[in-house]
Amino acid sequence: MSDDTSLNLTRRQFLGTSSALAGLAIAPGVFLTKVAHAGDTEAATDKNRWGMLIDTSKCATGCNECVTACNKENGISGTHGPATDAQWIRKVTLTDKQTGYVQSLPLMCQHCANPPCVDVCPTGASMKRADGIVLVDKHICIGCRYCMMACPYKARSFIHEVLEEQKAVAPRGKGTVESCTMCVQRVDANRGEADKSKHVDPACVEACNASGHKAMWFGDLKDPDSEIATELKKHGGQQLRADLQLNTGVRYQGIT
Amino acid sequence: MQKPRYLELEGRSAGYYLLLVILGCFIAAGLAAFIYMEHEGHWVTRMNNQIVWGTPHVFAVFLIVAASGALNIASISSVFGRAIYKPLAPLSALLAMALLAGGLAILVLDLGRPERVVIAMTKYNFKSIFAWNMILYNGFFAIVLVYLWMMMERRFNKYSKVAGFFAFIWRLTLTTGTGSIFGFLVAREAYDAAILAPMFIVMSFAYGLAIFNIIVVAAYGWTQRDLGPAMLMKLRRLLGIFIAAALYFVVVYHLTNLYITQRHGIESFILLGTGEDIYMKVFWIGQILVGGVIPLLLVYAPRLQCRASLVLASVLVILGGLSQMYVTIIGGQAYPLEIFPGKTVTSSFSDGIINAYSPSLPEVMLGLAGVAIAFFLVVFAIKVLRILPQSLADRDVDPHYIAEKQTA
Ligand code: SF4
Repeated sequence: MSDDTSLNLTRRQFLGTSSALAGLAIAPGVFLTKVAHAGDTEAATDKNRWGMLIDTSKCATGCNECVTACNKENGISGTHGPATDAQWIRKVTLTDKQTGYVQSLPLMCQHCANPPCVDVCPTGASMKRADGIVLVDKHICIGCRYCMMACPYKARSFIHEVLEEQKAVAPRGKGTVESCTMCVQRVDANRGEADKSKHVDPACVEACNASGHKAMWFGDLKDPDSEIATELKKHGGQQLRADLQLNTGVRYQGIT
Repeated sequence: MQKPRYLELEGRSAGYYLLLVILGCFIAAGLAAFIYMEHEGHWVTRMNNQIVWGTPHVFAVFLIVAASGALNIASISSVFGRAIYKPLAPLSALLAMALLAGGLAILVLDLGRPERVVIAMTKYNFKSIFAWNMILYNGFFAIVLVYLWMMMERRFNKYSKVAGFFAFIWRLTLTTGTGSIFGFLVAREAYDAAILAPMFIVMSFAYGLAIFNIIVVAAYGWTQRDLGPAMLMKLRRLLGIFIAAALYFVVVYHLTNLYITQRHGIESFILLGTGEDIYMKVFWIGQILVGGVIPLLLVYAPRLQCRASLVLASVLVILGGLSQMYVTIIGGQAYPLEIFPGKTVTSSFSDGIINAYSPSLPEVMLGLAGVAIAFFLVVFAIKVLRILPQSLADRDVDPHYIAEKQTA
């Protein structure tokens, strides 16, 4: 996790310049977060790195609770068919080519520490927050879709049509690109809440727990006492496309 | 050999205006397609969340790559000092700018938020090859414009060599940048290869020259100006070399991929096909046969040394170039991402399957409009500016021709 510092720096420098240009005397790194989530008192910092752990052995084939919950939370609904509809999270079924073993898992933005989408984005709309969440700033995304070409997980969707009935917590817009935000609205709300027991999980994790499968954890990878960090320390977790060394914030157990 | 004399086209014939009107219609149709796509959203095209860059990108990248190649004639004359090409250097510079303008117009009009193009010009993420390209494209216009000016303005002629040199370096960088848009995509099997950049450069030579040849032959034929066999022979030989070099790079690219076990999937997808997709056919028939082998025969076959064969070879090279872009851009995206090696994958988001795509009418219209913009600019500019040499007859262009006559 140490290798994410340099990227943070570039991000900060970039944000610093744009804020300064806009004549805003706001600490670097805060500007875009403020735009997207006006009302929060504190800024996201690199004291946290938010992540998820998914135990595929508990994830049930055929269960779609996480996907349904995400769509509901973020106001994603089908319009012109599966080819162009947005999908922030999807269920994937894997069958081993040699053994025939079948398993199922949810796949979404992996919130890489070194995200290729951020590297390639010409305007800096694709960005990684200090706390590791990868987002798209819908105000400066030009819809070039280069980030979609670059993402190794196909985690992003392009908005192909005019949207209606959006959720206030998840602003979206035709002609821009979007992906899982780890329910950043919830993460930011948690930050204002000192009582940890009142913290809420992203919608998908919440739904998975509610369904009784309990295949997903959400938490702070940098907090050694967090449930997710403890579990990772005990049983480990695998990155998808680990060969690319992107240091993903989402990890998996049990892919065999 | 005398100093070339440049003369505007008269451009008052019905044919000239008809040509402008036809090109104008293509541009108007493209704009209509753009408004439609922009108003409805991209779902009205056949691009989707899997094939995010469609037919407009095929045309756009082709034109941008060809733009760099179109500057070749100017480079060969200024940088490498080949006198015979000198009269055509201004046309080469003009065509380069026009092609780039056409390509960029498509790219911008296909953006999800084209009205934000200003953001792309003001906010730069310097790690992005795209952002770099933005600078390279703008710089190309500026440098080639200065170069053209130096060539056309007698007082500044002496600087044209320096300007030409800069333009030469710049355009090599530009095509490296364009190739790297794909070359730096680590996630995709078809891309992620350093060879894509030099391969794009060599292909640009062939594509740019092919378009250049057609314009030269058409302009001199229609205006009844002299175009001697010496110049035609040079253009023909040059085209032959570039086609052969491009083929060589394609072979090396695929051989390298074939050596890497991990890439066998994508290679067999492109080279052998699945039986259902067209990429294998577009590759073998479009890119290799139509765009490579046949034009090579046309260029070198001793019995076919006529103007028509040069034009036909050039047209085929262009078709081959579009095929190559189709295979590279769309074929590369159609092949599924390999996220889970050793697994068969299914999902609601087209994981593990070859992604379906076929061009839609608005996409093709937008692409053709880019081509029309480029030609329109050239046709218009050669009427108002002194770009075209009055004659390209052997006695006017070929230094050896004069030498022979004088010694005789
Ligand atoms: S689509 Fe938007 S977020 Fe993605 S690379 Fe282009 S500008 Fe950046």
